Amino acid sequence: MLKPSSSFHRHADRPLLWTLRLLSALAALIVALILLFVLREAWPALGQLGPTRFLRDPGWHPASGDGEAGYGLLPMLAGTLLSSGGAVLLAAPLGLGSALFATSYGPPRLRGPHRQLLQLLGGIPSVVVGFWGLVVLTPLIRQWHPPGQSLLAGILCLTVMILPTTALLSEQALREVPAASLQAAAALGLSRRATLEGVVLPVARGGLLSAVVLASGRALGETMAVLMVAGNVIQVPASLFDPVRTLTANIALELGYALDLHRAVLFVGGLVLMGVVAVVMALAAGLRSSPGHG
Amino acid sequence: MARCGSARCDRVIDTALALLAWLVALLVVGMVGWIVADLLRQGLPRLSWAFLVELPGDAGRSGGIRPILISTLLILGVCLAGSVPIGLATAVFLAEFQRGHRGFGPLVRYSLDTLAGVPSIVFGLFGNAFFSITLGLGFSILSGGLTLACMVLPLLIRSMETALRAVPAEHRLATAALGLPQHVSLLHIVLPAAAPGLAVGLVLGIGRALAETAALLFTSGYVDRLPDSLLDSGRALSVHIFDLAMNVPGGASQASATALVLVALVLLINAFTGWAARRWLGSLHSTTF
Repeated sequence: MLKPSSSFHRHADRPLLWTLRLLSALAALIVALILLFVLREAWPALGQLGPTRFLRDPGWHPASGDGEAGYGLLPMLAGTLLSSGGAVLLAAPLGLGSALFATSYGPPRLRGPHRQLLQLLGGIPSVVVGFWGLVVLTPLIRQWHPPGQSLLAGILCLTVMILPTTALLSEQALREVPAASLQAAAALGLSRRATLEGVVLPVARGGLLSAVVLASGRALGETMAVLMVAGNVIQVPASLFDPVRTLTANIALELGYALDLHRAVLFVGGLVLMGVVAVVMALAAGLRSSPGHG
Repeated sequence: MARCGSARCDRVIDTALALLAWLVALLVVGMVGWIVADLLRQGLPRLSWAFLVELPGDAGRSGGIRPILISTLLILGVCLAGSVPIGLATAVFLAEFQRGHRGFGPLVRYSLDTLAGVPSIVFGLFGNAFFSITLGLGFSILSGGLTLACMVLPLLIRSMETALRAVPAEHRLATAALGLPQHVSLLHIVLPAAAPGLAVGLVLGIGRALAETAALLFTSGYVDRLPDSLLDSGRALSVHIFDLAMNVPGGASQASATALVLVALVLLINAFTGWAARRWLGSLHSTTF
């Protein structure tokens, strides 16, 4: 931005610039280091078992002897996708409703407190949401339909976790609609509903979609809230009331005692998780960079 | 949304949307109220000064949380010692030297955005493999704190960069007109002017680190004794809640009281951040949490 005034000063600033550059490079390298180490730890499993056994193996018996060992990650992947998908299906319309409340349908007096409550909810640590789900929510679900610790409980806790993100980002997307467009709609005498349908939603669509996708990235990576309430039984659930285990929960439950190949397969689970989240995040970035064209 | 022209249909959809909006608003109030009320009901009776300063007994069912508070503070300290120098340097580099879309800056930004999307349990995997095993730190406060340092770095850098960018360009122009070299301008003009915003970034990072559990399970570990050194395993507040709730039958009320302490800390920090951001920075940070 500014040209240094003389060659002397340019020289004097050089050590500073190089120090900053070095530390920035270090910060940028962390993500590569993470990928490298997770891959390195996963490598024995990828090499010995081949990449397809994680999908084809019928069961998860990673600590059994050579003949009977099974490394099927598919039920866990299903658990992750189902619980996150369910949470996003709930959180997306709720987030839009919240954004509508905060921008047009709610009384102006209540909009500030509404946003503060959302921020408060977003500030509650996931382990506390999980604990609340364990002692309050799962007993309620058990009364309705045993066993209580279930896919449903996981979905509900994840919804609590991602609703603030979805709601606040959706509100931001609605606010990015230019005031001139809104004034033009008002000058045309369009009703609130017509303004929403004809002006606001088309303009904000990219932002709204990216809010939902970002929130689903958070849901996929969430560990504690779902680990504590979903029951952690390894199965593809047949109903909302069946317990499930997610990829994240699987790592948290077994890394403590896993050895050798078992440990390596847990890192493969981590790689799969990173892959799924990376795809979702790339999608969100694409949506954000083309607002209005969704 | 269904397309329809008539005024009556218009009114029906409008009413439905208003209903949804109000329903969600009530739901948010209800959810926050429900969670907070349950924590207060179960945790408040256990909460006292003694709870904060006593040693835990009987796997945490009785006694207090003194070693857990101390371990949490030590983990936070390590996290900040690791992340603040790198974070501040990167923020200064991005805000003061890399304003364009070319060069090294965009690569750093892209890498940090990717880092921000990595799930916390993967940080746990990485911390376990790298700090605990490869560097030989074992299950220790040092491993846990450094893992958290990697995790909070993107948040720290983004908020600190915003703070630095909020310093008016005139400040830099004035120092440049005086012929001062850039490091003088940086140390004596830009950083002091951005200090409140930098503090907000710091506090945001602390809040994020306090709330984390999954990344600590396999790096700083479970041990609930008073740590002798940074190489000892230490149990953070969040891990204590998890362990009491999942592995200790009859630990629920102690877990509630601990959760109350943790939530109070995190909310205090968030409230301070919100207040400070409004006071010093306009509303730059009001939507980040």
